Amino acid sequence: MSNPILKVENLHVNFNTYAGTVQAIRDVSFDLNQGETLAIVGESGSGKSVTTKTLMGLNAKNALIPDNSRLMFKDRNLLDLTEEEWQSVRGNEIAMIFQDPMTSLDPTMRIGMQIAEPLMKHRKMKKEAALARALELMKGVGIPNAEEHINDYPHQWSGGMRQRAVIAIALAVDPEILIADEPTTALDVTIQAQILNLMKELQKDTGSSIIFITHDLGVVAGMANRVAVMYAGKIVEYGTVDEIFFNPQHPYTWGLLNSMPTTDTKVGSLVAIPGTPPDLLDPPTGDAFASRNEYALAIDLKEEPPFFRVSDTHYAATWLLDERAPKVTPPVQIQKRWTRWLEIQGQGAQS
Amino acid sequence: MTEETPKKLVELKDLQLYFNKGKANEVRAIDHVTFDIYEGEIFGLVGESGSGKTTIGRAILKLHEPTAGEILFNGEDVTHLKGKALLEFRKSAQMIFQDPQASLNGRMKVRDIIAEGIDINKLAKNKSERDEKVQQLLKLVGLNEDHASRYPHEFSGGQRQRIGIARALAVDPKFIIADEPISALDVSIQAQVVNLMKELQKRHSLTYLFIAHDLSMVKYISDRIGVMHWGKLLEIGSADAVYNHPLHPYTKSLLSAIPVPDPEVESLRKHVAYDTTVETDGKERHMIEANPGHFVLATDEEAALYKSQQSL
Repeated sequence: MSNPILKVENLHVNFNTYAGTVQAIRDVSFDLNQGETLAIVGESGSGKSVTTKTLMGLNAKNALIPDNSRLMFKDRNLLDLTEEEWQSVRGNEIAMIFQDPMTSLDPTMRIGMQIAEPLMKHRKMKKEAALARALELMKGVGIPNAEEHINDYPHQWSGGMRQRAVIAIALAVDPEILIADEPTTALDVTIQAQILNLMKELQKDTGSSIIFITHDLGVVAGMANRVAVMYAGKIVEYGTVDEIFFNPQHPYTWGLLNSMPTTDTKVGSLVAIPGTPPDLLDPPTGDAFASRNEYALAIDLKEEPPFFRVSDTHYAATWLLDERAPKVTPPVQIQKRWTRWLEIQGQGAQS
Repeated sequence: MTEETPKKLVELKDLQLYFNKGKANEVRAIDHVTFDIYEGEIFGLVGESGSGKTTIGRAILKLHEPTAGEILFNGEDVTHLKGKALLEFRKSAQMIFQDPQASLNGRMKVRDIIAEGIDINKLAKNKSERDEKVQQLLKLVGLNEDHASRYPHEFSGGQRQRIGIARALAVDPKFIIADEPISALDVSIQAQVVNLMKELQKRHSLTYLFIAHDLSMVKYISDRIGVMHWGKLLEIGSADAVYNHPLHPYTKSLLSAIPVPDPEVESLRKHVAYDTTVETDGKERHMIEANPGHFVLATDEEAALYKSQQSL
């Protein structure tokens, strides 16, 4: 039932800097299906935020995108749009929720007005009608006593309430694609739980597709239908949420899953990924993760691995999946996940 | 207990710290908090922003002046230390800050940042001894010698946090307060820093107060945990007891909000809402030992109720 609303093909983004050209995105392709939540996970510098900025046409002026990169949305290549054309897409067909609700709201503008603004701009609503709709939206995202607070300024609100306002702004015009860039990273866990529930419910109501950017695998497990793992400007593995969490194949995905303690991680079993991500001014030849990867093969240093098929929905770019590669035993925690995967598969076959 | 009781290194006795005391905008940042930290343990303090956990850390190091109550360190009252005595105290108690970008002076070389405590306390006789100490510290935290002549901006977040740790260790402290030391770091780097802190704790028999809002990391690193909310300590116990058999409804609510990296568990997880009336109805509550070593802030009836509801 894949029905892609957005197709990203061969995306490259380079930034010219004084130090040289930073290859921030190095050949990224993915589809976003209608009504699904796709999570993009990775560390800072992996290119997840640059990917979303490109999708919103918000890249810095020194960004260079080669001609063969394509972002297909409704039979248009978004990369061909002029700034004027972008303005009818941005905040209208594609909307974004930013990480920090303090900096993404205008401190000098009343919150009700900030929610009404996209309605007035994109839907050509009159001010009164737009403010009335803003009030409904505020109630929809769970702001208590919305009538009293519609004329408040952002500084009068707590972080969680502000993030609700940001979500209301993003949802005001019923976007087809919602990009959420670490929407709960700045919030407390209890508030995070509320916001994530809210997002899930709103998605059920509106049927919009969500690209969810985060580094928190716990949040991914609860929110996503599919997951793409990014490292050093590339997607290294993608699949359904169950495939990534229970049948991970790329050693980087193993490392990410292992470096997050769950509440029952035993003392001493937290395994860190050694080293730091590579410098994208001069990306290493071969597999960019090789230098931090204890499972690296000789070929990883010479040649970049292609995507190997694990299932129709699950692909991983690691030479370990090549038929000539030696069989490796993954870390214990990952073996446990694989066992769970077999159990889940078994249940699936029975029912 | 069969073993002999461990030695108390830090004791907070009915500590209160009010900002704007007596005014309309009075904030009770620390509201009658009492707990001990034993020598050699890692004590985790969790709570939401505004719960007062950071203020407690700062009050112990005398970065804030308490309104009332006592702080004992190694049996001595350090609540109102000043001047030379305070300097001496801070040699044994050090802090690692949350934001390694903001807590390192960008115009000082790493060597001088790390050696600042050595200089202030005159712990090195001459320059070569000072350099040697700095190099040992760098090695200890997994950096190398030529990093000493660089500036903080030349390092990644994880490396900067290592510099912060080296600086804290420079004066050979007994006790370290780590205030959200990993919150600003990437997941893969968080594990590196936490493992380093754990290793250093063992090798130097350090005692930590580990303040964080990332509950799974606190559970992983801590021996005992205290849960704070609105300036009050609501529950205290061993990491296992607090996480697996929580007593206070707030702790239960907090734990139910942690996302778990497991889609099956996540699909079943339900966030339990917290009813704040158990804090705001004005009844007299105190710490009650519901199980050995596991305390909860409650009235007698509530404590009995919490205990009967405890999951086993």
